[in-house]
Amino acid sequence: MPLSKSESSSITPQTRDIVSQGLWSNNAALVQLLGLCPLLAVSNSVVNAAGLGLATIGVLLGSNGIVSLSRHRLTPAIRLPIFVLIIATFTTCAELLLRAFAIELYQALGIFIPLIVTNCTILGRAESFASKNALGPSLLDGLMTGLGFAAVLLVLGMLRELAGTGAVFANIDRLLPFAGNWTLQVASGYKPFLLAILPPGAFLFMGGLIALKNILDKKRANPSPVKQQPTPGKRVRVTG
Amino acid sequence: MTLTTLLFNSRHHRLTTAQIMLLVLLACIPGIAAMVIFFGAGVLINIIWLVLCALALEAAVLSIRHKPVTASLFDFSAAVTALLLALSLPPAAPWWLGLTGIFFAIVVAKHLYGGLGYNPFNPAMVGYAVLLIAYPLEMTRWLFPETATHQLPALMTLVDQFLGFAPASMDAFVGATALDQFKLDRGGLTIEEYWTGNPLFGRLSGTGWEWINAGFLIGGLYLLYRRIITWHIPVAVLGAMGMLALVFYDGGSSASHGSPFFHLFGGAAMFGAFFIATDPVSGPATNQAKLIYGLLIGILIYSIRIWGAYPDGVAFAVLLANFAAPAMDYFVRLQQNGSSHGQ
Repeated sequence: MPLSKSESSSITPQTRDIVSQGLWSNNAALVQLLGLCPLLAVSNSVVNAAGLGLATIGVLLGSNGIVSLSRHRLTPAIRLPIFVLIIATFTTCAELLLRAFAIELYQALGIFIPLIVTNCTILGRAESFASKNALGPSLLDGLMTGLGFAAVLLVLGMLRELAGTGAVFANIDRLLPFAGNWTLQVASGYKPFLLAILPPGAFLFMGGLIALKNILDKKRANPSPVKQQPTPGKRVRVTG
Repeated sequence: MTLTTLLFNSRHHRLTTAQIMLLVLLACIPGIAAMVIFFGAGVLINIIWLVLCALALEAAVLSIRHKPVTASLFDFSAAVTALLLALSLPPAAPWWLGLTGIFFAIVVAKHLYGGLGYNPFNPAMVGYAVLLIAYPLEMTRWLFPETATHQLPALMTLVDQFLGFAPASMDAFVGATALDQFKLDRGGLTIEEYWTGNPLFGRLSGTGWEWINAGFLIGGLYLLYRRIITWHIPVAVLGAMGMLALVFYDGGSSASHGSPFFHLFGGAAMFGAFFIATDPVSGPATNQAKLIYGLLIGILIYSIRIWGAYPDGVAFAVLLANFAAPAMDYFVRLQQNGSSHGQ
């Protein structure tokens, strides 16, 4: 009894903080602007975005877990190469899994599956969170950061596919084998706005999403500017 | 305000932005007239529709940004942007094509970057580039110029096309431009063999296009005379294009890339050199930088026409040079300050 009581009282605020930071206030894609390379390159359709999002969540969970477990054994001088090794291991797992169970998606994502290794979000979470925290919070942090990243990927993929082809969920059976033809044609006479699925469209829509988040934050902060001071997001500067 | 100070050094008397913009509109008239003669009323439909859209979008964005609407609306800068974009569009464009283009020009390229005087890129060319990448099919369907062999479509067909019904009879009137044909469809002929009897080609360049370019040349000279623009950018653009065309002319053989006249009086050369590249906001301010800027644009236009994927390259050349304009100004000023310091 005393154990569970102390656990619940000590973890709850931290848990809430991890969830809100990962999903919204310190979102990897919208606030930290990390992992932009795969984010911009792969978000041209819902199925690609979902595939990369899932793979990233998996790698983040695994790497955060292992880094957290081994945090007392790592010497600071060589911690970064070790993190990269751990992340690379899980990336290889994700790559092999995709290749085994969703070969078409694997082919569509191409180089961006191995490139999950270089996603700064993952290295950033390992360095700034998992290497300093216990297993439970680290796993939660990995899951929430991954979900936040994947959510942005999905929204971006949906918007771009919709604008660029006039339909969403094309080829979704690459990810979900049981799904039939789920393609949702939105408007019949629509002329596809090709720019949206080309690289410039990624930047345009991403900029729009960031602006939208800032507007929402501003609107939420404005009614009571004195009461709630917005906590400044802890930015982890990782290049690459 | 920023625009007028940019445009006029102290030796000129000051004109308001509205007066400058009206003079630019006036200077476009010869070119527009030539376009209407050869490509018909579709040109005017484009202009009217885009100006209306531009004014509506400008008013909407200004009111969202809590800026004074009427004062900014009647400086005519949005109308000039709309006119420049409208003249770049195919003369039988559906309504949504122009609306998309002018949306990106006014809302994205102009107001998201801070409004008049703050845009790093030429708004009309941003609109054009977005359309060319997003709708390559619609953007390359030009009307054939009116000649003995080709008629222009009737006004009602044009209106149907504008409203988006895409009448099947349109297909007889649209196709590639002279620059496009020349680039893709030479078939190993010498220039003389290829041009003789081809209704797309006239005396110096594409049929109609030579007169349209002459019209914009006259308008450009008028802008020079009224000191709205300086000579540096147009001379550098046209000089670079002419020199390159001369080098690669090859006497009109089957490997020739076209005579200097073909390039200077074809496509958007004069329009680009006098009306697009001279935009004072997105271009450089010092005269030396203007020369470098113009040379870069001229070289890029020719390179895109000959070795690039597109038949004409004014929009991409200007946008690329816009990127470099602040750096050009910076280094020219650095050099000038440094040398005056030494003496």
